[in-house]
This record gives sequence, structure tokens and C-alpha cells, in this order.
Amino acid sequence: MKKLLTSGLLIAALSVGACTNPNRFGSDGAGVDTGINAGNNGGVIPGSANDPTSTAFFQQTVGDRVLFEVDQSSLTAAGRATLDGQANWLLSNSDYQAVIEGHADEQGTREYNLALGARRANAAQEYLLSKGVPAARLRVVSYGKERPIEVCSNEACYAKNRRAVTVLAGGLIS
Amino acid sequence: MKHLFLSISAALGVTLAGAGAFPSPAQAQEPLRIVIDEAIIEPLPVAVPPFQAETPEAGQLAGDIARVVAADLTGTGLFREIPASAYISSIGNFDASVLFADWKAINAQALVTGAVSVQGNTLNVKFRLYDVFSGAELGSGLQFSGTVEGWRRMAHKVSDAVYARITGEGPYFDSRVVYVSETGPKDNRKKRLAIMDYDGANVQYLTDSGSIVLAPRFSPSGDRVLYTSYESGFPRIYVLDIGSVQRRVLESADGTMSFAPRFSPSGETVVFSLTQGGNTDIYTMDIASGRSQRLTNTPAIETAPSYSPDGSRIVFESDRSGTQQLYVMPATGGEAQRISFGEGRYGTPVWSPRGDLVAFTKQNKGRFHIGVMRLDGTQERLLTASFLDEGPTWAPNGRVIMFARETQGAGGSSTLYSVDISGRNLRPVSTPSGGSDPSWSPLQD
Repeated sequence: MKKLLTSGLLIAALSVGACTNPNRFGSDGAGVDTGINAGNNGGVIPGSANDPTSTAFFQQTVGDRVLFEVDQSSLTAAGRATLDGQANWLLSNSDYQAVIEGHADEQGTREYNLALGARRANAAQEYLLSKGVPAARLRVVSYGKERPIEVCSNEACYAKNRRAVTVLAGGLIS
Repeated sequence: MKHLFLSISAALGVTLAGAGAFPSPAQAQEPLRIVIDEAIIEPLPVAVPPFQAETPEAGQLAGDIARVVAADLTGTGLFREIPASAYISSIGNFDASVLFADWKAINAQALVTGAVSVQGNTLNVKFRLYDVFSGAELGSGLQFSGTVEGWRRMAHKVSDAVYARITGEGPYFDSRVVYVSETGPKDNRKKRLAIMDYDGANVQYLTDSGSIVLAPRFSPSGDRVLYTSYESGFPRIYVLDIGSVQRRVLESADGTMSFAPRFSPSGETVVFSLTQGGNTDIYTMDIASGRSQRLTNTPAIETAPSYSPDGSRIVFESDRSGTQQLYVMPATGGEAQRISFGEGRYGTPVWSPRGDLVAFTKQNKGRFHIGVMRLDGTQERLLTASFLDEGPTWAPNGRVIMFARETQGAGGSSTLYSVDISGRNLRPVSTPSGGSDPSWSPLQD
């Protein structure tokens, strides 16, 4: 005798916690330090891209990402130059924490790309640490091929997707 | 509940065993049999007329169940259905004798008849399989009982018995698949865990799409699923009870990432990848105690571990040679033997439930393939080729593989496919939206 079909009903959807990654793609500068420039620099809109203490400035002017060759995690000369700028910025804006996100292009298996993205994020982290950014302010995460920013399937897009992005978090702790 | 209602023993599919039910003139025919490994297979013509409704409530189901049985059988590529429009005679009473000449005349080599009755919420389905040209039953009739809402499972049980008797292979239709349901474009893809019948029916969602979820894996008893989620902001492994949809995280140290989990055959241990300081190695964790053990310790990427069915060994991928390749090591760690030596890169190995083969993803010259090879690396056979095929999972009988195919470009999406290990019968699995990372359950009880 064989028991059949005690089908448990599944709850169709299940609530999971909200993403804790604050303002990942945002650049609105909300809550950003107005810093030493506050009130004495008429040309600077606090939090905007011309405020050198803003996340927008970090993203657009310093450069928040470094790119990698196919299946590589070693930093290029351009990447090191960008990371030099990031290190300087982080050292003079010490209220910020950062999460370095490693990414891969879609040309690879999912698990391998997660591990490859971790290598890339780690390479960027190690470089920032070597320039004196305190370890306590840096975390790393890999998204593998889960979060491409370019969607075409050729090298022009892949090159932009093979990246490590330094995402600022925190800002001024009042 | 299942019981034989004929007195003849049910020696599956090997010989004609219907002598007790209907006196049949023994003809000098080959037994009705499909040997799947033959190079060319002419699909076997089968007739699956509507089952008999033995109670008024069973009317609709009697037809629906026969349709699911026919779909299961023809979906293997091993059977071809004789359309109802060709039938000369219809099936009357389930216990009446069959007019074999009428089925022979339309070249139906196999005939499946059945009867369905409903009492309250209880559904009874019985069937018989006939070898038309021998004029005899193949195996004995069987009866299954279950709930009315589980009617598709009853149909799959019938199909499993028919398939097993004719092919001599193990059954696999009464099984489920857990996978990642995908919606949205590549740069804003939403992922959630979903579970469905093997044929894409009865999809239910196990998580919402608030966090990235990856690579669910069934437990050996089919009651739990391991998967990776970014719910915490970082990849962590969760174990989810399918019945209650309750989940819990497997703890890992701050600053690490854990992913690529699979159960051991006992269901008590998880083997997975843990990344620390940019380096990814393979660990095991005892689920009850949380105690973990490191199995690899190299600067290479070591991931995608999968146990042998007896739990003694683990196949995994490593780039310790410079590129992704497949290795086998003892389940407690130790020296690993490389098994992949062909051109290109090899990843996502999965040990077959029969123990004889490993399925993998191969990347070579800009194309992706799903393939199989023996555990010593010989007899590599590529089953598919496309822009991006990935992530094989085995049907419970070790004959069929499901995987995901992503199409290229801005409008690209991911679809589940299945393919026979011979490379035949590549076909998409119908899901309500995109799908990736399938994991096939064991056969249900």
C-alpha cells in the first residue's frame, strides 16, 4: 500500500525583508554632509555633483568604478588611478562607509561569476586598504552576473559590466 | 494507496505478463519495448482513449487524465499518439475485452485504458496497458487513489508505470521542479523561487521578488529546498521547508559570502561555497549543529559542489589549473582528481542519480553547452549548444536533464528546457514567465 497525495498547500507569496542596501543607485545626496563648505561657498549646492563631499561628486568626478579584462581580477593602470582618487576621497570624507560590489559579464556560469565578482571586489578593497582606508569602513559583496548595467551581448557592454563599484553608505553621522 | 487488482505479478516491462487477465493468442512478436539507447528511435504509436468515468463526478477528469498521460508519453519523444479521430472502436467497460484488431488496424502498438471514479474528495484511477500486436496486457493493471485536486499526479503515476514497463527505465513524471522565476529586462530582473510539476503545471511561488534568489536545490526527500538569497544584502544560504514555506538562514561569519549549496544524500549536511577575502573554497555544514568543515584550501575558485549518490565523493569545479575544470574528491576533502580535459571550460557539475554520469555546463569558443561524461572523464557527450545554456539538473531516473537557456541581447530572457541524455528531444518547459536554475525533485511517494 502506498500513500499518495497529501498535497500541502503552499502560501503563494511570502514576505521577506526589505533590501537593506541603502540608496544603491541613488545619487540624490539626501542627508549628505554639507561639511566645511556649508554657507560659505555660494557656487556649491550641497549634495550636488559640484559639492566635492557629495556622493554624486564621488560617483561622477572621482569615479566610483573600475573595470576588468575578461575573466581577470587584476587591476588595470586606469583602475589603480581611479582607486587612488577613491582612497583620497574616502580619507578626506571619513564619515562614509563603502560597500565594494564586484560584478561579472554574462559570459560565465552563475556560481563562477559570483566567485569572480568577489575576486574583483576584493582586488579593489585590497588596493584601498593599501592606501590607508581603514578596513572597518569597507565591505565587499559580489553580484556575479546578476546586475548588469549594460544589456547588449557584445564586448562593448561586457566591458562595462565587468566592474567593481564602490557604493557609499552612511554619510554624515549627526 | 496503490494495489494490484489483478493477480499476476507486475514484472515491469520485461515480458508480456497479462496472461491472467485476458486469454490472448500468443503470437511470435517481440515484446513491446523501447530501448532508449538505440541510435535511431522511431516513436512508438500509442493510443490513449479517454478513461471511463465510473461515477458522474469523474466525467471531466476521465478525459483530462488521459490527456495528461498522452502528453507525458509523447513529451519523451519516444511515443507518438494515434489521434482519436483515427479510432475504429471505442473503449467501453474498463473490464471488457479489447478488440485488438481495431487498434492494430490503426497501427496503435500500445493501448492505455483507464477508469476514474470520484467519491467525495477521493479520486481513484486505474489503468491497463496493452501490447496491441500481441493482443495481451503488458504488466498488470494498477489502481491509484488520491485527492481530486491532485488529479494530475494520478495521471503522472499512470504515465510512470507505462513508461517504465515499455522502456525498462525508471519513472520520473510524478516529480516536481523548483526553479527561479524571472521577470523583467536583464538590467532590472526580478527573481523569485517557484515550484511546479515537472511538466510546468501547478506553479506556486515560494518567495517574493524583493531580493535576488539563486540556485534552489531539493533535499533528497523532496521536503526542503536550499537556496541563496541577498535578503541580508549579502549572499547567504537559506533552507526552506516547502510545506510550511518557513525558512531560516544558515549562519556564516560576517564579511563572508556563501552560495552554491547542495544537500548530501542523507539530507543532514550541506556542501557549499564560502568566499572570504576574495577567495572561494568548498565547505560542508551539518544543518542541525551548524558545525562546518573546510574541504578545499587553495587560492583558486572552488565552487558548484555535488555529492555522489552514495555520499562518498564530491564533484566540483575549480580554476586551479588556470581555467574552470571539473574535479572529484572524497566527501571529507583531500586530494582531488581532475576529470575534464576537453577544450574549453567546464562548470556546474551534477552527479547523476544513477551514479554513472556527471552533467555539466561547458563553455567553448563563445558557445555554451550542456553535456555529460563518465566520472573518469571519458565518453564526453555534448547535448546542446546555444548562446548560453547553463545549470543542468537530473530527472529522478537519470535519463533526462533540465537546464536554463538565456537568449542574447537587450531583449534576452531565460527559459527552462529539457533534453534526453542521448541529446534527443530538446524542448522548452512551459512556465508562466522566464525561468532559470532548475532543480528536479526525487520521485514523489
